[in-house]
Amino acid sequence: MITIIRYAIGEAVRRKVFLVVIVLTAIFLGLEALANHYIFNDLNNIGVPEDVHVDTRTFAATFVIGMSMFATLFLGIVLAVFLTLGAVSGDAERGLLQPLVVRPIGRRRMLFARFLAAAGVCSVYVFVVYIVSVVITGTEGDWWPQDIVTPGLLLAGAVVVMTALSLLGSVFLGATANGIAIFMLFIAGLVAGLLGSIAHALGSHTISHWANVAAYALPFEALYQDALKQIAAGTTGFTSFLLRLGPFGGAYNSGWSVRLWAAGYLVVVGILAMTAFARRDL
Amino acid sequence: MAAALAAQALAKRYGRVQALQGVDLEVGEGELVGLLGPNGAGKSTLVKIACGLVRPTSGKAWVSGARAGSSTARASMGYLAELFRFPGWMSADELLQLHQRLAGSRGGKEERTRLLELVALADARDRRVEGMSKGMQQRLGIAQALVGSPKILLLDEPTSALDPVGRRTVRELLEELQSRGVSVLLNSHLLSEVELVCDRVVILLGGKVVEEGTTRELAHPRGVEIETDQGVQVFPGAKRDDTPRLVAEQVAAGREVYGVRVLSSTLEEVYLEAVQGETS
Repeated sequence: MITIIRYAIGEAVRRKVFLVVIVLTAIFLGLEALANHYIFNDLNNIGVPEDVHVDTRTFAATFVIGMSMFATLFLGIVLAVFLTLGAVSGDAERGLLQPLVVRPIGRRRMLFARFLAAAGVCSVYVFVVYIVSVVITGTEGDWWPQDIVTPGLLLAGAVVVMTALSLLGSVFLGATANGIAIFMLFIAGLVAGLLGSIAHALGSHTISHWANVAAYALPFEALYQDALKQIAAGTTGFTSFLLRLGPFGGAYNSGWSVRLWAAGYLVVVGILAMTAFARRDL
Repeated sequence: MAAALAAQALAKRYGRVQALQGVDLEVGEGELVGLLGPNGAGKSTLVKIACGLVRPTSGKAWVSGARAGSSTARASMGYLAELFRFPGWMSADELLQLHQRLAGSRGGKEERTRLLELVALADARDRRVEGMSKGMQQRLGIAQALVGSPKILLLDEPTSALDPVGRRTVRELLEELQSRGVSVLLNSHLLSEVELVCDRVVILLGGKVVEEGTTRELAHPRGVEIETDQGVQVFPGAKRDDTPRLVAEQVAAGREVYGVRVLSSTLEEVYLEAVQGETS
């Protein structure tokens, strides 16, 4: 199994998509540092009416971190999808898979090893980028979340869920079709989450209900919301209300129920993928 | 003792297409069997079932006594797919090392060196796969299939990308493997190669075995050719046993006999007759 993990990681870091994501990450972090610099420099000039009790520093920092978490999630999912979209059908079509699969390692172990490799690379990537962006905001804005580690782990968990879904898709679909399907699921999850935020603010129970269903059907979204909620955990009063109205603080799914659900979901997706792969003709 | 490869009433259906229709096949220990047939005859499907890449719809297959596709079966075989690709970033040595680990081979560097020498790639040990010609990659594929000293080798068109020298290298390699007692199932379109190296030939058509036997068994007598001072004369209906009589008749007729040849159909003729001109 370790041989396949090492092989998959070796292949992952040599793919052009890895380089593209690294370059994009560098650009993103550079722009984020610049944005943080100007936001917190200009923060003192913002005139808030005396009767409006908003902690502008907390609001700005939470909003910026929430936004960078979205970008981190997006880049992490791009990486996860491109590393796994052709893991079964794509590699089988290209003839890369057959020489490996005929070895005694077994298909289930091979797929699990590929999952571990892709999930490992992507979750480390997401966690590191998240920590760097928190450090940028913390250093520039002198504001730190109450819990720095948990949101990063949740964000990494969201990417791990998408990695598993992409691997499952790769058993049934060719690389292009799978890539399109996974990105559509990603967009669907995000849109449902955004609609859910709006519905919560407006008090629409029907939309809230279906947004919840979507968040649990695609638990990467629920984990992402959980992460956002952890970032905004220390906010109170009108600052908290304002954040809930926006797209990067309006989280309504959080806690251990979401995390346990996501873990169970991951196990089910994993079992489905391994069973389907074991039965597939190559 | 269990056959290196045995298939019993093997059938495979892909949707509406019946790729195999009850194939029985056996490859004995140390036997080199050639698998022939037009495109779509089911040759690759048969090999893939033996490797565990494809599940049969019905019937059974065993590799070295173990159920095809099982871990034990896979541990005792080497396989080279018709369409294969190795990661371009790996060197020949790294690729063999990867397969050694996956196959649980303890041959180490010594085995890798031996295999690379066997396929005439000793000088390309550190060359990346992406920098190799297709022929070199195919030879590397054969070396990869030999990792872990398999008891049976399943080769699906192993010489399709090779030049005449590369083909000869593979032919010599197959002969050497045969002398070492390694069984080989060779799926190939190159009839001349198969005729030269295989102990036995199996011809598939429409998912069924239509001919099976040694090349001598399959060949039909086509007469006797006698070269005399008056030219070459062919006796179409004559058989090997008729040769002494025919020569005696020529001598009695005052002709000088320079050469005699018993004619039999080539594998190509046997094949064309068996597949009735079908190409795909």
